[in-house]
Amino acid sequence: MTRERSHSTVDLLRLATAGSVDDGKSTLVGRLLYDTKSVLADQLDAVHRASVDRGLATPDLSLLVDGLRSEREQGITIDVAYRYFATPRRSFVLADTPGHVQYTRNTVTGASTAQLAILLVDARKGVVEQTRRHAAVLALLGVPRLVLAVNKIDLTGYDETTFALIAKEFTAHVTALGYEESAVLAVPVSALLGDNVVERSGHTPWYDGPTLLEHLETVPVREDPDDAPFRFPVQYVIRPRTAEHPDYRGYAGQVASGVVRPGQEITLYPSGLRSRVTRIDTPDGPLAEARAGQSVTLLLADDLDIARGDLVGAGEAPQVTDELDATLCWLSEKPLRAGARVLVKHGTRTVPAIVTELSALFDEQSLSVSETPQALSLNEIGRVQLRTAEPLPVDPYTALPRTGAFLVVDQADGGTVAAGLVGAPLPVLETRRALVSPGP
Amino acid sequence: MSTETLPDTPPDLPGGGRPAEAALDALESEAVHIFREVAGEFDRPVILFSGGKDSTVLVHLARKAFWPAPVPFPLLHVDTGHNFPEVLEFRDALVAELGVRLVVARVQDWIDDGRLTERPDGTRNPLQTVPLLDSITEHRFDAVFGGGRRDEERARAKERVFSLRNAFGQWDPRRQRPELWNLYNGRHRPGEHVRVFPLSNWTELDVWRYIARENIQLPSIYYAHRREVYRRDGMLLTSGPWGGPREGEAVAERTVRYRTVGDGSCTGAVESEARTIADVIAEVQASRLTERGATRADDRLSEAAMEDRKREGYF
Repeated sequence: MTRERSHSTVDLLRLATAGSVDDGKSTLVGRLLYDTKSVLADQLDAVHRASVDRGLATPDLSLLVDGLRSEREQGITIDVAYRYFATPRRSFVLADTPGHVQYTRNTVTGASTAQLAILLVDARKGVVEQTRRHAAVLALLGVPRLVLAVNKIDLTGYDETTFALIAKEFTAHVTALGYEESAVLAVPVSALLGDNVVERSGHTPWYDGPTLLEHLETVPVREDPDDAPFRFPVQYVIRPRTAEHPDYRGYAGQVASGVVRPGQEITLYPSGLRSRVTRIDTPDGPLAEARAGQSVTLLLADDLDIARGDLVGAGEAPQVTDELDATLCWLSEKPLRAGARVLVKHGTRTVPAIVTELSALFDEQSLSVSETPQALSLNEIGRVQLRTAEPLPVDPYTALPRTGAFLVVDQADGGTVAAGLVGAPLPVLETRRALVSPGP
Repeated sequence: MSTETLPDTPPDLPGGGRPAEAALDALESEAVHIFREVAGEFDRPVILFSGGKDSTVLVHLARKAFWPAPVPFPLLHVDTGHNFPEVLEFRDALVAELGVRLVVARVQDWIDDGRLTERPDGTRNPLQTVPLLDSITEHRFDAVFGGGRRDEERARAKERVFSLRNAFGQWDPRRQRPELWNLYNGRHRPGEHVRVFPLSNWTELDVWRYIARENIQLPSIYYAHRREVYRRDGMLLTSGPWGGPREGEAVAERTVRYRTVGDGSCTGAVESEARTIADVIAEVQASRLTERGATRADDRLSEAAMEDRKREGYF
């Protein structure tokens, strides 16, 4: 029996928060959880007890999220904390990411799957270095929507001009990074007092936009388009070789983009061999179609040599290349230099690679680019050329993020040292390329 | 997989929260993807199995990930000796049905040969770490699946899906790897292993809705039953090989169920009339306490009890 399953996740919003130290990010998240009644009695009791122990007059809502001993001791967030809460309109997976520059790599972790990011600034300080750094990372990763939460607005006496100036500066900065103005919203909030987080504030009559939560509940969520080229990295070959299934041979994986249906003509990459999908299998019965995000098993018409690491594709072909032109966000304390030998993990394939050239370094503060840098240091974004030991089937990150993304892995200790994106996801890096390689 | 055929129409569940079907499909696909990544990249994975609902859901997802082939991993049960008989029975029936290998690490063996010492309070939950790490070393397991969820507790909320442990099994929260997109990095050096948490993004309610949708069998103690209990530290404990009421702790028969299954000496029951999955879901939705807050004495020891145990190599 063929079963149809809804696979829409539009009612789930994945969001990340970012901000610099002391902007009150954990307090804002705590406020969201508290005001949406997502905090249960024993958690709240624990916060009340801990707040009293610390001599505080009111409960410190940041204690709801800062889970590590050193975080509570230092009053900062070190690592991403994931929170789950729901309102009658939508449910949320929130990645609360650290503000400290040292932990920017954890912000990248939280933002890589986010559909929206809340950037916090302190209304008394406005847009600071770390705000610009985070905005660049969010733009690079292609987080579709931004919210600027201008926090501690109470400490400015709810001053409209202060808010307007910060909002204007931020919007100018992120539009230069490639955001449409319609994808950005600025909200004046006080996480501590609750103004405009869930409840509309009586102190900001000059603000006629939505509260933070109203916006989160109603903002459109981008769905994976059905007409995108089909991509399916093979994870595992299922061959039971049992009496019941002596000849079963299925290719297990998760659809990375597009839609597949039985009868679909497919191409195998990097080999270029062709076949046809005969069945989309699941333990609950075969499917009439599978879309991005679904884990399924494909059965093909021909007996081909297919293994983990291969990519099944249809529609516009990926580029099969051993020369990667890519942008890296460097996440290791040890700087990257040209000539470095690394591993590249793309889809389900990991291959050795050499960084042949550092072609550009992006200054996220001035939004300028310098050419052929000596090195790429912690948290820096740069454009590089890589030569891989085997050809990889890649797509531009901006077109198909799942097959345009890769990890750079340290050969010695196995650590993840960079987020890799095929092509130049930031317009400013693209401009620079146009300058060096004059085209039509 | 006769018990796992899906009904054409999912049971009518109490409303509220996530639109259950779409969200459960997405969570299932994510977990299946994680299982297959581990099967593709590791040599000797193992599933930690306690007999509780989360590890039972893990096993169910593993079956779905490799269907129609059998689950390609053994199960590892760290046995405190303080078991509910219903849970052991359930474990053995499931293992027989799956046809997988079961490795049991008995805390009692470690106490008997002096590698561990019984605690004065008699609870053995914290004693599980050493037998767990010793078994990982002995069997050279390189990937260890756990049923931990980020919604359970604040330290767990900081856990990656793939969590690297050093040769001493320790978790260093300040040195976690970036975990980008759905590209999981499982590289490790000899002696190190990776803890893998396919249920990271599930909530307690998701787990129960999934149990309902997939008609997953659980140990009977998850549903309301009559039991003799006594109250200690605000929890309803039951007598067993781990001991019983102290002087002044009155025993009474009540209708209870368990929200979590752990060491019998420190796992409390909750008063409940929830006899079916649908009753349990309604109860979980209405609950004002987290499952650990309601039932686990071991998490009440300090503000950072879970973090400290995790650093040492706990589940």
